Amino acid sequence: MTTTTVAGHSVKLNDEGFFLDPDQWSEDMAPEIAQREGIDELTDKHWQVIRFMRREYAETGTGPTVRVLGKTSGVSIKELYELFPKGPAKTAAKIAGIPKPRGCI
Amino acid sequence: MTHQIVVLGAGTGGTLAANRLRARYDVDDVRITVVAQDDRHVYQPGLLFVPFGLAHEVDIVRSRAGQLHAGIDYVCSPIDHVDLERDVVELDGGRELEYDVLVVATGARLVPEETEGLTDAGWRERVFTFYDLEGAVALERALARFDRGRLVVNVVDMPIKCPVAPLEFCFLADWYFHERGVRDDVTITYVTTLDGAFTKPTASKTLGGLLDEKRVELVTEFNTGEVDGKAGKLVSYDGREVPFDLAVVVPLHGGAAYVGRSPGLGDELDFVPCDEHTLQAKAKPNVFVLGDAANVPASKAGSVTHFEGEVLVENIAHYLAGEPLDGSYDGHANCFIETGFKKAMLIDFNYEQEPVPGHYPARIGLPLMRESRSNHLGKLMFQWFYWHVVLPGRDVPGIHSAMPTAGKATMTSGGAQ
Repeated sequence: MTTTTVAGHSVKLNDEGFFLDPDQWSEDMAPEIAQREGIDELTDKHWQVIRFMRREYAETGTGPTVRVLGKTSGVSIKELYELFPKGPAKTAAKIAGIPKPRGCI
Repeated sequence: MTHQIVVLGAGTGGTLAANRLRARYDVDDVRITVVAQDDRHVYQPGLLFVPFGLAHEVDIVRSRAGQLHAGIDYVCSPIDHVDLERDVVELDGGRELEYDVLVVATGARLVPEETEGLTDAGWRERVFTFYDLEGAVALERALARFDRGRLVVNVVDMPIKCPVAPLEFCFLADWYFHERGVRDDVTITYVTTLDGAFTKPTASKTLGGLLDEKRVELVTEFNTGEVDGKAGKLVSYDGREVPFDLAVVVPLHGGAAYVGRSPGLGDELDFVPCDEHTLQAKAKPNVFVLGDAANVPASKAGSVTHFEGEVLVENIAHYLAGEPLDGSYDGHANCFIETGFKKAMLIDFNYEQEPVPGHYPARIGLPLMRESRSNHLGKLMFQWFYWHVVLPGRDVPGIHSAMPTAGKATMTSGGAQ
């Protein structure tokens, strides 16, 4: 675990850079986390996915996998990879301030 | 008053649940009806051996009805949907079955058509799966002809049944080509969506080491977007390509199709959300879920289903008696991992505890996380155990639902994913 500062707030992250406490996240942190992940500008489509991740986490306790995102977020898997080239489920989870999706068992 | 229990599915879960319930209740008190879509019960762990000629269709298929105890009604029919509000199952053709308690045990379904190109050109010619009997049999013929080139084994995405099976396939392929004297002419590549060989960190390390030892190349975080059977390549969503001469693909899985036609029952992949400890469905208190059909953070595997079975029956009994549920499933799973050359490994774990070295089921027992001949014999013997002990719902001294810790070098994994 590490403590780091994002957009002036002190937050706790795990070793892979996922938020440990999603309540520490606020929307103003997203652009800075996105830049660290190589995404210079968050478009409306990015925000659609980020907000979807937050909602899913609040409802189910885990972020969705890419496959579930493609079926339910309104953004196709191909498009998701264009938005988050390094892997939509993980990158969007990091930017949305939720723990690593636990989909894979 | 006679209670009606309807069990959907007659695979591992449906069969053992129905048999355990039948043993527990008098026929006058509880009527049990099992619904199955066909009468072919496949011993699924046997599918791994079919492509290598080590098992054949006749060895691993039996009648579903034949595995059910006397006093269980058996209906062979596809299911149209479940009406949760009316507590009714509607079968194809309109017949309705009313229930007081419903057990959903219809497993997982392969959905290869969800991956672009997978079932197009080359399907069952140079692109195969061994996850169903037809595919495993077709693959046996293809492997027998294959003596040089690139064999690629690909897991498209989780969840899949028996997450170790694709690795076992690689290990057995290494052995198989070695036996045929062509191992140096064949390359084997394991392409996975995961970031390592397996989901649990310690086991992932051990299994990754084994892949290395057996000269199986590992490609990770590969999210297959397209299988091009004509050109012979896998293409990932982020544009990477893996060429093949023969591909063995584990397709995407979903729950049974009727789950999707039953309002409120399933999730977006047609698995059924339930409490991970009591197995009671989130949709309604009189619905319970067992085995691969369940959306719980456990492997989709027969051992999970077996261990869940005890808890499920306890909780159904509590429910029918109007008592609070207290049976608690801990996520216990174990599996033999065939590693080729007549050896196998054994892993044992639950929701909290990742696989560690030691012995199972106690200090004196089979070695964990290490290749041995005894584990290989254990794997072979398990088929007998499956038909004669697991399915009939018999209890075995020393083997329990809750994961044992006595023989283990235990430590709780910090947030194992």
